[in-house]
Amino acid sequence: MVKEIERAGFPVVHVCTIVPISLTVGANRIIPAVAIPHPLGDPTKTPAEEKIIRRKLVDKALKALQTEISEQTVFSE
Amino acid sequence: MSFRVVHYINQFFAGIGGEDKADVPPELRQGVVGPGQALAAALGSEAQVVATVICGDGYFAENLEKATADILQMIRSCNPDAVVAGPAFNAGRYGTAAGAVCAAVSKELGIPAVTGMYPENPGVDMFRKSAVIAKTADSARGMKDAVPAMARLVLKLLRKEELGSPEAEGYLEQGLRKNFFTDVTGAERAVEMLVNKLAGKPFVTEYPMPVFDRVAPNPPLKDLANATIALVTSGGICPKGNPDHIEASSATKYGEYGLEEFDLLTASSHETAHGGYDPTYANNDPNRVLPVDVMREMEKEGVFKKLYGKFFTTVGNGTPVANAKRFGAEIAAKLKKDGVDAVILTST
Repeated sequence: MVKEIERAGFPVVHVCTIVPISLTVGANRIIPAVAIPHPLGDPTKTPAEEKIIRRKLVDKALKALQTEISEQTVFSE
Repeated sequence: MSFRVVHYINQFFAGIGGEDKADVPPELRQGVVGPGQALAAALGSEAQVVATVICGDGYFAENLEKATADILQMIRSCNPDAVVAGPAFNAGRYGTAAGAVCAAVSKELGIPAVTGMYPENPGVDMFRKSAVIAKTADSARGMKDAVPAMARLVLKLLRKEELGSPEAEGYLEQGLRKNFFTDVTGAERAVEMLVNKLAGKPFVTEYPMPVFDRVAPNPPLKDLANATIALVTSGGICPKGNPDHIEASSATKYGEYGLEEFDLLTASSHETAHGGYDPTYANNDPNRVLPVDVMREMEKEGVFKKLYGKFFTTVGNGTPVANAKRFGAEIAAKLKKDGVDAVILTST
C-alpha cells in the first residue's frame, strides 16, 4: 500500500515496527515504531507519557515527510 | 546412525497460544513438538528430530538480533547435522524468523537449514539467497505437502547430494546462476524460444530477470503549515463493530471512515479488526495504532493545516500482494481527488 501511494505522487511515511519488512516491501521513508501491537503507544507508561511518545513519533514522521531523500531511508534518530 | 535435526517453530504451532502469547522468548524442548511429529515421520529412519526450539513471533520480530543469537546458541547445544524451520506459510513474522534462523545456521554452523514458505511471504525476499525455502501453500491447510517437501530437501542436503533446479525440487529461487553443458548451442535455443514466443506457445527463459518493483521517493513536503495530511493504516482500526466486516486475515477490502467528529479515538468508538496481533492494546486505546489524538492536537496548534477528514484502513495479515496493491492505488486516487498533500501510514 505504501508503495502504491508513493507511486501516485504523494510523499508517504511508513510508521512500523518491523523495519526489515518495510524495507522489503519498498517503503522509502520509514519510522521505527514502539512494538507490533502498539506501534504508537506503550501501555506500560502512563497515558500522559504515552502521548508524549506518540507525539514524538508523529513529529518524526512529519519531519521525514519534509526531508529530501534519494533512497530508502530509516529515520531512527 | 541417523542424522540429528533440530526443528524451529513458533508459539502457535507449539500449542503455547496465539497472538496473546506471541511475546514468549526462545525455549528449547527435547524431541518433537507440534508439526515436528509429521516432520519426524517424513524424515523416516534417516534422520531424527532431536529437539525443538520455540519462539514467539512477536518476540522474534521485536528482538531480531538477540533472538537469533539465543536461538543459535540453543541449536548449537544440540549438536545437530541440520535445522528445519517452519513451515511458515504466509505468516510474515514467522517467515522472517524462520528465514533468519536458517540464514544464521548456515552461516554460523555451516550445516544445512531448510524452511518452507508461501512465495509472497516477506521472509522469502529477505532470505531466499541465504536459505533453502520449500514452496508451500499460503496457510496451514498446506501442511501435509509442505512437511514432506522440506524433509526431502533437508535429507538431500544431508546426503550431500546436489539440489536440482528450483522447479524440479520444489524450492524457491535463490538467485543463483548455474553453468551446464548441453548439446544444443545458445543460438539454437534462443531461436527456438523466439519461434515459440511468436507462435504464442509457452517457453522458459534460461535467465530470468530479477523483478525490482521499486518506486523512487517523491520530493518532500514543502509547506507543512498549509498541508492536508491523511492517515492510513494496515493495523485494522475501524469503527466499533467493524461495520464493513474487514477480514481478520487475508483482507479482500479496506474501509474509509470519517474523522471529522473525532478529537481522539476511544475504546467505545473504535477497535481493531486485525487478527494477526494481540488486539488488547489497540482496543483499549486505538490511538496507539492510528494517532488521531496527537494529529488533532497538532492541527489545532497549526503545525499543519488539516487532518484529512477520513482515514483508510485494512488488515495487513497474510493479505495477498495483489489486494494490497489495489487498496493502495484506490486509496491514493481518492486522496488525490480530495487534495491531500502527504500521507502517514501506520503498520502493526
